[in-house]
Amino acid sequence: MAQTETGIEGILLDEELIVSFAELTSLCGANSRIVKLMVTEGLLHPLGQRPAEWRFTGIEVKRAQRAMRLQRDLDLNLAGAALALELLDELERLRQRLSILEQQLGTHESD
Amino acid sequence: MQYKDYYKTLGVARDASQDDIKRSYRKLARKYHPDVSKEPNAETRFKEINEANEVLRDPEKRAAYDSLGNNWRAGQDFRPPPGAGGFHDFKFDADEATDFSDFFASIFGRAFKGEGKDTRRRRGQDQSIKLAISLDDAFNGATRQIKLDVPEIGPGGQRTTRAKTLNVRIPAGVTQGRQIRLAGQGSPGRNGGPAGDLYLEIDLRPHAHFTVEGRDIQLRLPIAPWEAALGATVTVPTLGGSVNLKIPPGSQSGQKLRLKGRGLPGTPAGDEILLLEIVTPPANTDAAKEAYRQMAERLTFNPRAQLGV
Repeated sequence: MAQTETGIEGILLDEELIVSFAELTSLCGANSRIVKLMVTEGLLHPLGQRPAEWRFTGIEVKRAQRAMRLQRDLDLNLAGAALALELLDELERLRQRLSILEQQLGTHESD
Repeated sequence: MQYKDYYKTLGVARDASQDDIKRSYRKLARKYHPDVSKEPNAETRFKEINEANEVLRDPEKRAAYDSLGNNWRAGQDFRPPPGAGGFHDFKFDADEATDFSDFFASIFGRAFKGEGKDTRRRRGQDQSIKLAISLDDAFNGATRQIKLDVPEIGPGGQRTTRAKTLNVRIPAGVTQGRQIRLAGQGSPGRNGGPAGDLYLEIDLRPHAHFTVEGRDIQLRLPIAPWEAALGATVTVPTLGGSVNLKIPPGSQSGQKLRLKGRGLPGTPAGDEILLLEIVTPPANTDAAKEAYRQMAERLTFNPRAQLGV
């Protein structure tokens, strides 16, 4: 049985999307205790002082989701997941720099 | 349906110890985890590894799998031997087993833990897929058709697959790795629970001329020696069409010029960064050779002065 749904409008999780503590918790399938630990661990950086005031960007939603998956699938604790995410972010930055430098050097034009 | 060689999937021998299996699984899980891996097909591999591990890590399931015999080859057409729906008293976590193959189901069934007893409403799992789009689509926005096979769990716990097509609008200005959330388009819920969400992760395909960093795009711009020396107005490509750019006199290779707001749209919009590269015309005619000789005679120029030679 095939089914087509047309014109689906998704929500872009970017810097401009702002979600509350409760929304982030539900979006990453965690509970409020785990999200508070993610903030304590420095994995998430909400705006606002108290949890009731916390505001997270769409980028943080993705970080929280990745942290949850890494913990579950690779049997990591929160600190381990935070370390993995920081290293992965760094790796991603370096890969981007590398592709730009390769372009500057003309590596992928002359070959 | 195809026979699956779970030992081969985990890269272990058929007589491997439980410790060997665990070690190999852990290593492969780190390598192919979709949040970590840059391998193509990481998602598929990760599922296969988990399915193999689900069977081999448990001595009882492993014994049941082994009892099929060891003459099967991976990919060989497999028909369950008569009475082999027989291992159906195994129980699995519903969330995990939904993704497993038909081969797995034919041996172990789809009997989920607490089947028949657990009537709690459960939300379906979130799903995540990568969506490759061109830089032009990221700049202009686009509508993309996404075809999905959606697993569904029937009342008896059996699985069926349903084809579904979504036409999704990609907003202008998406950048590498950003996610688009489609609420309620993930795995179906159980016992009347809500469906999970579907996340599309943007993967920008490489562009012939531009490289991308966040919302900024960069272009290597070839210019003639006289354009660099005397200054010039040249036509340069941008994602929104060609524009005129002033090259200041005395420019050199490696210098960067910035076209504000000509990168990917957003608040603020990205820039287009132009990396100047002086290209010399070939000396392949007498006239060209003469022109170069005249330059050599008339210009006092040592390009290696800074090297002290």
